[in-house]
Amino acid sequence: MSAPLLEVNDLKKHFRVRGGFLGRAPAWVYAVDGVSFEIARGETLSLVGESGCGKSTVGRAILRLFDVTAGQVVLDGRRIDDLSAGALRPIRRRVQVVFQDPFSSLNPRMRVKDIVAEPIRNFGLAASSADLDARVAALMDKVRLPREAVERWPHEFSGGQRQRIGIARALAAEPELIICDEAVSALDVSVKAQIVNLLQDLQQELGLAMLFISHDLAVVEHMTHRVAVMYLGKIVEVAPKRRIFAAPQHPYTQALLSAVPVPEPGANRQRIILKGDVPSPINPPKGCRFHTRCPYAFDRCRVEEPKLQPTEAGHLAACHLLEGAASAAA
Amino acid sequence: MSPPPAIALPAESVAAAPTLPDLWPPVKPLRGFTGFLRRHPTVTIGAALLIVMVLIAVLAPYLGTVDPTTLNTSRRTREPSALYWFGTDMLGRDIYSRVVYGARVSLTVGFSVAILASIAGLAIGLVSGMVRWADGFIMRVMDGLMSIPPILLAIALMALTRGSVGNVVMAITIAEIPRVARLVRGVVLSLREQPYVDAAVAAGTRMPMIILRHILPNTLAPMTVQATYICASAMIVEAILSFIGAGVPPTVASWGNIMAEGRALWQVKPFIVFFPAVFLSITVLAVNLLGDGMRDALDPRLAKGL
Repeated sequence: MSAPLLEVNDLKKHFRVRGGFLGRAPAWVYAVDGVSFEIARGETLSLVGESGCGKSTVGRAILRLFDVTAGQVVLDGRRIDDLSAGALRPIRRRVQVVFQDPFSSLNPRMRVKDIVAEPIRNFGLAASSADLDARVAALMDKVRLPREAVERWPHEFSGGQRQRIGIARALAAEPELIICDEAVSALDVSVKAQIVNLLQDLQQELGLAMLFISHDLAVVEHMTHRVAVMYLGKIVEVAPKRRIFAAPQHPYTQALLSAVPVPEPGANRQRIILKGDVPSPINPPKGCRFHTRCPYAFDRCRVEEPKLQPTEAGHLAACHLLEGAASAAA
Repeated sequence: MSPPPAIALPAESVAAAPTLPDLWPPVKPLRGFTGFLRRHPTVTIGAALLIVMVLIAVLAPYLGTVDPTTLNTSRRTREPSALYWFGTDMLGRDIYSRVVYGARVSLTVGFSVAILASIAGLAIGLVSGMVRWADGFIMRVMDGLMSIPPILLAIALMALTRGSVGNVVMAITIAEIPRVARLVRGVVLSLREQPYVDAAVAAGTRMPMIILRHILPNTLAPMTVQATYICASAMIVEAILSFIGAGVPPTVASWGNIMAEGRALWQVKPFIVFFPAVFLSITVLAVNLLGDGMRDALDPRLAKGL
């Protein structure tokens, strides 16, 4: 395989929580604490995990909506996390985003055509105003909205239609990578299916790579090539879709998958019920971050942090229990 | 399964079917300017009253008035009559003429303060909301200004200058700026976090355009509403300043001045205070109605006709 389109190396993002009045020591939220993965051209990587595990922060860090604390973001062989705002702007065209909430992701005071035309204008993609109109019309066709819709305001559309407008805006920049930050989570089931299918069609048609951030494992199974599972700011397992759904290796992944409802009455399945809550990312547990809830935890897990290492070809997991498999694979 | 066969109805029974009365006639959407006025009656009433007041102020010399400063010692404190519609004050000046000319002062002060305080407050609030390091300092200054009651602050500022309409406008404006700045800053801070702003950043929009296109238009609605309240409040503060003798000079007819002069006689000649008070109340009410109505009308989800 050729060089990956996007490479994320040991990405860290720590948010400062104000320590309070009178200069108490500031506390830090370790939202993302050493995350690495890569995405090939045309590939979909899903980032899954519970709420608050830092998956959206990864997406926003790649988009440089804030500066990262440490680590690298490499797009097509070029490091982009340390570029100045001006140097980054032309590169922004290559990575676009679709957000979760179809209502707050469109400016209520802009017409649809201005929303969709904004990236085209910014990156100077249209040769003339006629070209601009033609591009906007073509984008409306791509996301299966009527061309007349361009004259209307966002509030005149339903949630699914608004999400299509958001997708059209993302496509307008002619990106190579689209970050879908819970892009279908706010939609009801039938609309969700339509948008998922639209995203898949567009990906095939345009050869897009996608970082699909989601907590909805059913959608992930339908959409993705590979899956990365996050827990408390770290990736615990990465594997191709078939591997992760058929033979999850990390105890957390196993528990997560056992929570997916099976649409079959009387289906016999074993659920792994985790005890307790996710620990606070302000004060994450030492050693393996999952040891406070892991049914298999032993002494070593409390002191030593397991590394993400290959257990089989293309399958990585971070667990001391899998080290035998890891050394065999290596 | 095949579909059930269609039931053939006898032709005469179909023809005999009575036409049902139209219980629910289609609702005609209220379109255009008149539709907008009918959908927002408070805006209509407020705007109509305010337009009347503006007309009174502008057309003051043509409304059967005499010079509001002419003294007539032989006709002091006359009751309202066909000749002196609102009566005369203790110096024999025609109160009707003074009230009509007083509308000029009140409206000038109200509108000027609303516009100036909005512009200054918008600028300060935008800087405070967008430039994080300046925020702490600016807002502490605003907090300091806000900790002084606006009337006291205006009195103190008037004490530093001469009484004139311009100085009254400046004094009230300075007292009102912090409220606008605080409102705009709050709105800007919440707008910055909106996903559409993040999407615009990702789409390569430069910061000045983000402010101009995504932040500013969304602050205008709450700010316009705030401006109407400031307009109403400024007219009241002007009247209070004039009433206590810290406002426009006593030679200028303003509603506050008329009331101040009638204060000593209000138990025996209540009409001197009554008419300017009624005009002040109606004007403030009109502005507040307009503000309330605009708050609803400027919501983009409802504002199709605007």
